[in-house]
Amino acid sequence: MESHEQQFLILNEPMIVAAMISIVVGALSLVIGVTYFKKWGYLWREWITTVDHKKIGVMYILVALVMLFRGGVDALLMRGQTAMPENGLLDAQHYNEIFTTHGVIMILFMAMPFIIGLMNVVTPLQIGARDVAFPRLNSVSFWLFAVGAGLFNISFIIGGSPDAGWSAYFPLASLEFSPTVGNNYYAISLQIAGLGTLMTGINFLVTILKMRAPGMTLMKMPMFTWSILITNVIIVFAFPVLTVALALMTMDRQFGTKFFAMQDGGMDMLWANLFWVWGHPEVYIVILPAFGIYSEIISTFARKNLYGYKSMVVSMVAISLLSFVVWAHHFYTMGHGVMVNSVFSITTMLIAVPTGVKIFNWLLTLHKGKISFTTPMLYSLAFIPIFTIGGVTGVMLAMASADYQYHNTMFLVAHFHYVLIPGTVFAVIAGFHFWFPKVFGFRLNEKLGKLAFWFITISFNVAFFPLFILGLNGMTRRMYTYSESTGYGPLNMLSFVGAVGLGIGFIILVYNLYWSIRYSPRDETGDPWDARSLEWATHGPVPFYNFARIPQVNELDAFWHAKKHNKQLWSGPIEKIHMPSNSGMPFLMSGAFFAAGFCLVFSWWIPTIIFTILIFVFMALRSFEQDHGYYVSVEEVERIERELGGDK
Amino acid sequence: MDRYYSRLSALKCSNVKLLTICSLFTRQLIRKGYSMKKKWLLLSAFFAMAAVLAGCENPLMVLDPKGPNAETLSDTIIMSIIVMCGILFVVYVLYAYMLVKYRASKMGEDYEPPHVHGSTKLEIIWTIIPIIIVVFLSVITVQSTKEVESKPLGYEDQEPLVIYAASSNWKWHFSYPEEGIETVNYVNMPVDRPVEFRLYSYGPITSFWIPQLAGQKYAMSAHVTKIHLAADVPGSYMGRNSNFNGAGYAQMEFEAQAMTAADYDEWVNDVKNTAPELTESEFDELLETDFVGRQSYSSTHLEFKPAPEGHHHGTPTAAEEDSAEEEMETAPSSDADHFHHQEAEE
Amino acid sequence: MKIDESLPLEYSTEENRLKILGFWIFLGAEIALFSTLFAVYFTLHNGHGNGPSAEELFKITPVMIETVLLLTSSFTIGLGIHAMRLGLKKAMMTFFVITLVLGLGFLGTEIYEFVEYIHEGATIQTSAFTSSLMTLLGTHGAHVTFGLFWGTAILIQVAKRGLTPETANKSFIFSLYWHFLDVVWIFIFSFVYLKGMM
Ligand code: HEM
Ligand SMILES: [Cu+2]
Repeated sequence: MESHEQQFLILNEPMIVAAMISIVVGALSLVIGVTYFKKWGYLWREWITTVDHKKIGVMYILVALVMLFRGGVDALLMRGQTAMPENGLLDAQHYNEIFTTHGVIMILFMAMPFIIGLMNVVTPLQIGARDVAFPRLNSVSFWLFAVGAGLFNISFIIGGSPDAGWSAYFPLASLEFSPTVGNNYYAISLQIAGLGTLMTGINFLVTILKMRAPGMTLMKMPMFTWSILITNVIIVFAFPVLTVALALMTMDRQFGTKFFAMQDGGMDMLWANLFWVWGHPEVYIVILPAFGIYSEIISTFARKNLYGYKSMVVSMVAISLLSFVVWAHHFYTMGHGVMVNSVFSITTMLIAVPTGVKIFNWLLTLHKGKISFTTPMLYSLAFIPIFTIGGVTGVMLAMASADYQYHNTMFLVAHFHYVLIPGTVFAVIAGFHFWFPKVFGFRLNEKLGKLAFWFITISFNVAFFPLFILGLNGMTRRMYTYSESTGYGPLNMLSFVGAVGLGIGFIILVYNLYWSIRYSPRDETGDPWDARSLEWATHGPVPFYNFARIPQVNELDAFWHAKKHNKQLWSGPIEKIHMPSNSGMPFLMSGAFFAAGFCLVFSWWIPTIIFTILIFVFMALRSFEQDHGYYVSVEEVERIERELGGDK
Repeated sequence: MDRYYSRLSALKCSNVKLLTICSLFTRQLIRKGYSMKKKWLLLSAFFAMAAVLAGCENPLMVLDPKGPNAETLSDTIIMSIIVMCGILFVVYVLYAYMLVKYRASKMGEDYEPPHVHGSTKLEIIWTIIPIIIVVFLSVITVQSTKEVESKPLGYEDQEPLVIYAASSNWKWHFSYPEEGIETVNYVNMPVDRPVEFRLYSYGPITSFWIPQLAGQKYAMSAHVTKIHLAADVPGSYMGRNSNFNGAGYAQMEFEAQAMTAADYDEWVNDVKNTAPELTESEFDELLETDFVGRQSYSSTHLEFKPAPEGHHHGTPTAAEEDSAEEEMETAPSSDADHFHHQEAEE
Repeated sequence: MKIDESLPLEYSTEENRLKILGFWIFLGAEIALFSTLFAVYFTLHNGHGNGPSAEELFKITPVMIETVLLLTSSFTIGLGIHAMRLGLKKAMMTFFVITLVLGLGFLGTEIYEFVEYIHEGATIQTSAFTSSLMTLLGTHGAHVTFGLFWGTAILIQVAKRGLTPETANKSFIFSLYWHFLDVVWIFIFSFVYLKGMM
């Protein structure tokens, strides 16, 4: 059993050296490219220091796409390794690192930021606001997330990745059984990114509660905004639990405390409890916004208002409450007896009820509609039947007794991918196609989009359906190899084929991005899909101030009604617009977080302390700073509006 | 009736095994008191599923139980699959209907979809029916959980054979206090007798699982957990750790062999007479080792390193709205190293 | 920036109102954070291994001093905000200074208490009980420490810039924070110390 104990740069593994070289080469060419095209100033002014919610959203999505590829390569390596019995592509150590980083990256550095990116781009526009409540804080959120992701990813080449699973159960994740710095990286990078997420939660709650256009009562908000509101409530109450859990992990590993220790009164299952008290709500943090996205897209392309708006809202609230009282379904098998298991089984199964309500509401939204099959709609339509499989298998897993046979098996892996991929991943891809023209002023190519869709949907089922059967046949998860006599070979090979297909689908998707940037016809209307909510009322690409005049809202789907009845959403003259100013401070402060976090991973105390002080210095500077933003003059607004093709 | 028989013969691979599962399932249904009509309906759905899941020659391990505990679970699983197929069916039919009927290409240029708020009646229906399903499944869950957490059905009045199963690194130690023998990485047990496994771990959490005999359970360092099972059929079954515990996890398998009482007694005597004794230092050495093959000893480690029994370990019991506030029951109040503590008690 | 004269200074601009709501939500997150720490403590407080138990460790005197100091400071900051509403800059600053001094006293006593614990052989590494106790207390203490610096920064700004919508807003938010720390302390006092000594 080879391990990378306390090795700084990992030079004895060809794959890691190759990764290292490609990262260095990639970074160097990026630097050289930016320098060559003299883009440093542009990058700094327009992106790094920006406080514009749309640009921040775009940056979130860019990082999420990169992480999707990192996590996807991990997935392909795993599926490649297990495609055949006794395969030698990866050894145990690598496989363990890879499924750990895959899980962490996909959930925390891909799904969540993709969602947060879309929420950044869309929410203020949907409620008719000029920005979020705290634009500067928003930038801090993004940069903390970005450095958290960076820190997590460099673990692969500096010091070694975590290898105790994304759930990092103790005692396995303790210093005794995981002596490398891998789990330090885990605790500290998630901590930093989590801080950013918590701030996002606060920011968007205030934004949605306080900054809606006049007339937009809560029950006139678009469903996506509703989903974001509820999601952020969950974030605010769930993330502090993660903060504590990770802090305790760091202390146990680096300061010798005894929280999860096997002696001196510690309790290993406390970690599992804390982790899942956060972890289950986290699942809903990535799924509720997906529900919101589907609601928007389905009603847009069925050309019908959303069926059962009220019950949609009520069911989301119900889901969010229930999501906090089901966490023990992740360890029915720890032996807490019939009573406790039964209670958690029932609360878990109850979640299926509001979820079912939503499914039927979507189906009835289609009823008597006029369905057009655009790329975003295809993903949304594929979501319904595939996600339902994920949902019903979830109910099966919720039955405590039966879970004794599914727990830790491929059946579980199949289930959560059936929830996460058609749920979250399809949703963010659909949202990406849907709102892309809003941000960039042109649509992605539909032909390529549909090609990618079919690749992804079919391959997904090929990759994951076999895992249900493998699970029922006794194949456990996180197993880097198995013997031929188990008979698991053929289905795993099939699953590998599906994984490759998924990879191809994602490559087509990115190629579509490239193709469309070059060749796609520009859209002049700002409303290419003939859609319903306020974000489509302004120009596309959206001017930095979003709306020259703040719209007045009288009903749900205000923009749709305005179009139907030839009404104006705004009246009165254009006034000067107050905007927040850019700042480099969030970026620099996050740099200090990165440095402090990196030193802490390696227990280099003095530099850790110095960089931590630097963080506080930045906070103090911010406190003394006097920044009241700036005004855009009426003439300037009028000029921009003219250039964008008329008053909106 | 004939329809079902013809369907049965239409299943090319309706072999004996399939029939056994099927009859077991029917028994289960009757036990739970279903009406005939419903039973046949479920049964036909079951055949479709069984054909997919069971394959032709070798049924899936979890659905091929060899003892009452695993059988209860298998029946529960099949039952839930049928219910889920019903739900999927409803959703898929509605879905297909909407997609076929209301595509833009069929609706004509100037068709304007109506503005529909919703329907309280429909919404109540699709809230109530799922609730009924959840209630139904909850009853089954509670029943079956209780069933597998107690002595196996049909064995209630027999004394169980107690076997301690402890994990260390990537191996399993099995101690038979009654017989005074110990094995590593294989466990033998008599058929037709209840067996009680008492699980714990020297290190990370592991999960003890013999899919064809019983559902899994965690083995942890702080306290002992229990699995009740019995084997109805002699045979060799796959057993393994199913909870990831580090580098050697994939290989952490053992063989569970159920044998006739006579064979079992013979084996026990054999071990007693031929295997060496397990000394404390040898055991400590064994604990440190990553992997070993099969071992047999004519004494158990329980004599000098008892299992961490008698502790009341914490689990959350009350679910509150802000779950972060939930209180967990008291931690084990061990004084020092857990196992030393136990020693002092002995 | 539109200033609404009919509202108290700290609420008078849109930005101020957003910040106050934002801070309330932040306090919601803080409640979740401290609840988790309490849950951890209650789970582990009997796990004292070879180390001392709660009865052996806790002394009433420093705890009482800490309680009195912090409760008083919560009162004085309330007076400070009241003075601010009346536009009395001097009085407001005086009450804030008193608050911070009381906070410093609290912190000093708590540090003394920790040193005592360590003398009795109870470090953060001793047992799950001491780990969870010191983490809970330490998190609260770190919040107080942060508050001392933050309060000082605000005082300097009030001194330099007077009572503007901005500085009034900051002072008000700081007072929310300080009251919150007081509430957390009351929980610590009742459910950690009193319960532990009984
Ligand atoms: C793109 C296609 C994907 C493939 C082929 C794939 C494949 C896999 C595989 C092979 C495993 C490990 C199975 C094992 O050995 O236990 C795994 C685990 C996991 N995957 Fe994926 N996955 C994909 C996408 C995703 C996405 C999109 C998410 C989340 C949004 C995700 C979340 C996870 C998590 C949380 C784990 C558990 C990691 C752990 O065991 O610690 N995966 N996936
Ligand atoms: Cu969960």
